Formats: sequence, structure tokens, C-alpha cells
Amino acid sequence: MAGTFLKKLKRGLFMTHTEFIEKVGETFQRSGPVAPEHIDRLEEALIAADAGVALSVRLADEIRGEVRAKRITTAEDLRPAVRRRLLELLSDADTGRRTSGTRPKITLVVGVNGTGKTTTVAKLAHRRIEAGSSVVLAAADTFRAAAVEQLKVWAERVGAPVVHQQEGADPAAVVYDAIAAAKSRNIDEVLIDTAGRLHTRANLMKELEKVKGIAAREVDGAPHEVLLVLDATTGSNGIEQAQQFGATAGVDGVVLTKLDGTAKGGVVLAIAGNLKLPVRWIGVGEGIDDLLPFDAEDFVDSLLDLKA
Amino acid sequence: MLEALQERLGRVTKTLRGEGHLTEYHVDTALREIRLALLEADVAVEVVTKFVARVRERALGGEVLTSVTPAQMVTKIVHDELVELLGGSTTELEFKGRPAVVMLVGLQGSGKTTTAAKMAKWIKEKKNLFPLLVPADTSRPAAREQLLVLGEQAKIPTVDTRDMDDPEEIARRALREASIKGYQVLIFDTAGRLHIDDELMDQLERLKEILKPKQILFVADAMTGQDAVRSARAYHQRLDITGVVLTKLDGDARGGAALSVREVVGRPIVFAGVGERLDGLEQFHPDRMAGRILGMGDVASLVERAQGVIDETKARKLEEKLRKNKFDLDDLRDQLKSLKKMGPLQSVMEMVPGMNKMMPKGGVTEGQERQLKRFSSCIDSMTPRERRHPQLLNGSRKRRIAKGSGTSVEEINRLLRQYGQMRKLMKRLGKADPKALKRQLGL
Ligand SMILES: Nc1nc2c(ncn2[C@@H]2O[C@H](COP(=O)(O)OP(=O)(O)OP(=O)(O)O)[C@@H](O)[C@H]2O)c(=O)[nH]1
Ligand SMILES: Nc1nc2c(ncn2[C@@H]2O[C@H](COP(=O)(O)OP(=O)(O)O)[C@@H](O)[C@H]2O)c(=O)[nH]1
Ligand SMILES: [Mg+2]
Ligand SMILES: [Mg+2]
Repeated sequence: MAGTFLKKLKRGLFMTHTEFIEKVGETFQRSGPVAPEHIDRLEEALIAADAGVALSVRLADEIRGEVRAKRITTAEDLRPAVRRRLLELLSDADTGRRTSGTRPKITLVVGVNGTGKTTTVAKLAHRRIEAGSSVVLAAADTFRAAAVEQLKVWAERVGAPVVHQQEGADPAAVVYDAIAAAKSRNIDEVLIDTAGRLHTRANLMKELEKVKGIAAREVDGAPHEVLLVLDATTGSNGIEQAQQFGATAGVDGVVLTKLDGTAKGGVVLAIAGNLKLPVRWIGVGEGIDDLLPFDAEDFVDSLLDLKA
Repeated sequence: MLEALQERLGRVTKTLRGEGHLTEYHVDTALREIRLALLEADVAVEVVTKFVARVRERALGGEVLTSVTPAQMVTKIVHDELVELLGGSTTELEFKGRPAVVMLVGLQGSGKTTTAAKMAKWIKEKKNLFPLLVPADTSRPAAREQLLVLGEQAKIPTVDTRDMDDPEEIARRALREASIKGYQVLIFDTAGRLHIDDELMDQLERLKEILKPKQILFVADAMTGQDAVRSARAYHQRLDITGVVLTKLDGDARGGAALSVREVVGRPIVFAGVGERLDGLEQFHPDRMAGRILGMGDVASLVERAQGVIDETKARKLEEKLRKNKFDLDDLRDQLKSLKKMGPLQSVMEMVPGMNKMMPKGGVTEGQERQLKRFSSCIDSMTPRERRHPQLLNGSRKRRIAKGSGTSVEEINRLLRQYGQMRKLMKRLGKADPKALKRQLGL
């Protein structure tokens, strides 16, 4: 599994060498003493992977400190040093999952427009069903045109029932129905697909709170997991997204989608650093099998191993 | 956030105080800050590097006004250069041809389908042409249903392509239909695809061959980070893009991707997507975008957008106040403070001599912004009672306020004069019939 992940990640990189990226690759491979330009390039490489200016500058400064203290002396040592730091950052953010013994388990999937929420819900359902759980999907995106239709198609494909109402219905009511259906049919899990919304829209964020409230009222400790779906092409705005969705929806983890493209998704590093939010899953394609558990080492390697 | 670059340059100014010309040292110090500001706004590293080099050349090549500080001068050069790079003035789209085909392409989830429907509506309403919508995304589940629903909402004829599974076949059928029924513009919505997906990129080339589009618009998400250069470059190499649509600008992304895409594609950004609904489409204004990227307050477009999505209750409240002629300095201060959330007052202010200069279409300049700030600090230094009853403001009160706010009595007089004019105007508006007032306020 990890093999295909790396392959998919690297495929993009192979085809999009720019002069710049090659130079960064050289930085890591060069032997001999570290020069200040090497660290400047490293800083740029991190920024170019969307790790964000603040984090990239901080990391580069730390490395400069190490060089001054003579703990790093050769260019070859740069990469392992950065790698270690990034892995630390990611593992510090992962404080373990909330466990729930309650049934049904409620998972709420949120995010801004077009990031891959609906597809992720379908992929997750597929995984759970493969693992022997029963699942019901809640079509709580009642806003976007044909969003219900979209989820219905997926539900058919993965073989899960879907609870829906007409367009424009109250999402909280859909969630209520889905939970009721799960209870009466003794289903293990409810996966809730929500409408894409910009984190800056207060009224839409309120709506999310309401959805959450209904779930909490109907099932102990629900929602048991709230996943924020983030598009890997997202720049620094991802930090704001995580902050706002975190504040209103109580996000537990991130799903990083579209990593099959050339984007590195480095913004999750900044998110892990600032908000202590772990990444749980990655999306690597549009197919039902293209959801993989997040592997920090693979992720960091693909981010740094620029020459593949 | 809003004043990111100004804050940064503010720091530089401090170290430069007292000097009136640009030396290499000044320029480089300022440019370091500009570089960071651009990177923070998500402009691609390679684009920032090129841009900064260009600005440096221009800044060092003379062009120094003695009346401004070096930091101001550099800011101006950066802003001008940015506006120029973003495309100078607003670009008008051409829809000649029978039909003129517009093809929308881009990555998954960037906003193509929504933009297709918005554009159709826009073309019909603003250009008085008859558009036909063509859903040709055969991969994403229910993508065609999505456009059919949107087409219905927009009252735009939409081809039902649900019985077809080949986009090329759809293209041929749509062309036939358009020519038989005499549609003038054909808007072709494609499936989202990664720029590295050779097979699907080949398909776009074939579609281009069949459709011979007048416009191929690359639809990009304003929240995109560094990857924007890679996807835009690849799409452009394959398809020779004619223009760009930047979506989701209604969020708080700084939108550096605009600059990245523009730099590698070299074609104008023609539309800005500013909402999920079908009226959420605006023409793209390079000058406003420049302000947004630099974090200099993108007042005019915020205002314009606010007018589209006015918070009804707020608007009603203001209407109430106008009607009862109760608009006081507190209200004015609120308006000045929340330039970002400029509501219906904008249209009123525009009609007030003096005020209109402060609310220019092309965004607020540094000087104007300073002026607005000074006005609000004048009001800040008044007592609540004075704000509600400005007629109390006699000479000694004005002197106190001037001292408290670090302004001058003349400035307070100017503020009061403009406030007076606004009130007069509002009184007139208040007496006008309710419909006219609503129209005036853009409700
Ligand atoms: N290449 C790639 N495409 C993906 C991935 N995940 C989702 N997509 C595509 O991205 C587009 C948007 O996905 P959706 O699941 O509809 O996204 P959403 O967040 O539900 O969108 P809205 O509900 O409209 O806000 C679709 O075309 C998906 O096929 C991924 O991991 N890789
Ligand atoms: N807030 C906001 N959402 C938008 C905008 N344009 C599109 N969207 C939303 O983004 C999501 C993806 O849009 P869609 O048109 O389906 O993208 P496509 O996959 O490229 O066809 C949908 O939820 C749209 O409602 C915009 O300008 N602002
Ligand atoms: Mg969806
Ligand atoms: Mg679409």
C-alpha cells in the first residue's frame, strides 16, 4: 500500500521538474560543507511545498543554529535534520484518537467548497464496509445542486443505504433521520456528508454547529469523529480553514485529498504545528479505493525527496 | 492581515527616516519585506523571485519623488507593477462566432460547473446573447445533473447529455444543436482533471479540435497555493488558454495564485467567482487584486461585493435611521471603521462631494486611507453625547478633540462639513418614496 502511495506521489514530481526544484534536490545531495545558500534553498523548498512562510523560516533558522553550533556540518546532513523535525511536528500533533464504544458511531465530514468531502465519505464507507461494518450515509449537503444525486450514485457503488431529503431541507433534520435509521436498523456507523462552506461564513458555520448538536443529542458522545477535508493544492488559507472549522465543528483530524497531483500539501505541517491537528487519511485519486491512511514518513519523504 | 505590507514597510521606514531618495540599501531592505509579504499571500516562489527582481530594477532606475518616503515609493512601484502584471485594466470578453464556444477547464473542484452557469446568466443579462449550457463532465457522479439544475435556476437552456458517455460525442451534438437553434454562445463544462493525467489532457486537446473554442478559460481556486504555477503552466502548454477565472474569492484567501497563474499563462483573468450562488460572478479588477495580495485593503471590491449580499437586517436598520433622520456620528464612525463591511452607505457616500473622492472605485490609496483613519480617530475622541448630538461641538470642544486625536480643528470642521452634507442628502432620500430609497441604497 505504502509503495503505491509513494509511486503516486512521485509520478507527479517526475513530470514537473522545474529548474528550481532540481536545484533544491541538488542541495540535499551535495556533499561537502554546508553553505548559507543551501539553507536558503531549503527554506524556499519548504515554502514551495506550502509549508508556509512562518514555519519554513523557523525551521530554516533552527537549522542555521545547528550549523553554527557545528551539529550539522555537511550538506548531506541537512535532509535528515529537516526530516526529523517534520516528523516530530507531525507526531506531536497526533495525540491519539477519541474512542467510542457507542453505536452507531457518527462521523462528520466538513470542509470548504470542492475539496473532496463527498468522495471521501464514499471512500470511507467503502473501507468500513470492506472491514465488515454496516454504514449509512447522511446526505446533509442540501444546498449544492445535485449534491444528493452525487452521494446517491456513490452509495449505490459502495452498497450503502443513504438517507436524504429534498434540496433545501434542514441538514440537521437529515442527520436526525439518518441516526434514527441507523438505530432502528442496527447499523454500526453513520457517515455525514456536509455542504462545502467557506469558514468565513458565520451563518453556515452556525448551521454546522446545529448539525453537531443534533448528533450529540441523539447519540452519546457524537459526533465521534469530525474530519476536515483539505485539498492538497490549498495554500496558507488551509490554516485559517483548520482554525475556523476547528473552533466551530471541533475537528479531530484532517483528510488531505488530491495528493495524486503535484501539490505537496505542506499546509498540513503548519496546521499540525499551530493547531495540533493530525492528518488521518490521504486521497490519491477519484476511485473508491483511493483513500489511504496517512503515513507521516511517506508524506515527509515525498515532500523532501524532491528528486524522487 | 489587512495591512500586512504596510506594517512590514512601516518597520523599514523607521530605519530609513530622514532620507528622501532610494539607495540600493533602501530598496533591498524593503524588497525583503515585500518578498515575504508575497510569499505569505501564496504567490509561487519562482514568481516572487522574478517579480522582486523586476521591481528592484525599476526602483533603482530613478523615479524618485522627493515628497514621499522611500518606503512609500517602493510600495507604489510594487503596487503599480503588480497591477500591470495582473493585467492592467479590466478585460472584456469577446463572444463573436456562431456559436462562440467557451470551454471551461481546470482541476477537480475548482468551480467549473458553477462558473459555467454563472457565466451563462451573465452573458444573457449583460451581453444580451443567447447561451446554451453543455454538461460534458461524464466522470464525476451527477455532474451533469448539477449543471441541469443550475441551468434551470438560471433559466438557461441546458442540453440533457445524460444518455451520452463520450465528451467528444457531446461536443459534436452540442454544436449541431446550437447551430440549428441559433444559440450564440455555447458554454462547455468539462470534467475536472489533473494536469499530469496525460490521457485526460489528450482528451481536452481533442475536444478543443472539435469545438474550436473562442475562449478556453482555466478555472482556478483562489485558495490555491504554490501548485498554481504547475497546473496553470501545464494546462496552458496543452491548450493555449485564453483567459482565467479565479473562484472562491469570497473567502479570506489573499489570492496570490492570481499572480502565479497570470505570470505563467500570460492571459488575462477575466472573472472573479465571489459566491456559490449564480449572481456570484464579477469582472476581475487587477487593481483590487493587487491591493488584496499586498494586504492593503481591497476596499472597493469589498464594497461592491457587500452590495450584492447585503445583510438585510442591517440594511433595514440603516434605512430606518435614514427615514427618521437619526444618522449620527456614531453611525458614521461604524461605517468608517468597517470599510471592509461597507454596506448600503457606500452609494450614499459616493454622492457626497469630498466623500466620493475617498471611496474611489479603484481602491483606497494610502493617503485616503490615512484620512479615513483620522476621521475615525476624531470621532473616537468625542464623548458619546457629542457623537449623538454633533451640534454641541463648539470651539473649545473641537480643540479638545483635536488634541485628543492628534488632528486639527480644521480637520474636524472638514469632517463635520461632510457629515452635514451627508445628512442633508439623507434627509432628501428619507423623504423620497421608499422604492426610490431602496434603489438608491442598492437593495
Ligand atoms: N485527483 C483527485 N480528485 C479528487 C480526490 N478527491 C476528490 N476528488 C475530485 O474532486 C472533485 C470534488 O470532489 P467532491 O467529493 O464532490 O468534493 P466536495 O468537497 O464534496 O465538493 P462540494 O460538496 O461541492 O463542496 C470531484 O471531481 C472528485 O472526483 C483525490 O484525492 N484526487
Ligand atoms: N464560496 C464559493 N464557492 C464556490 C465558488 N465557485 C464554486 N463554488 C463551490 O465550489 C464547489 C465546487 O464547484 P463546482 O462548480 O462543482 O466545481 P467543478 O468540480 O470544477 O465543476 C461547489 O460546492 C460550488 O458551490 C465561489 O466563487 N465561491
Ligand atoms: Mg459534496
Ligand atoms: Mg463540475
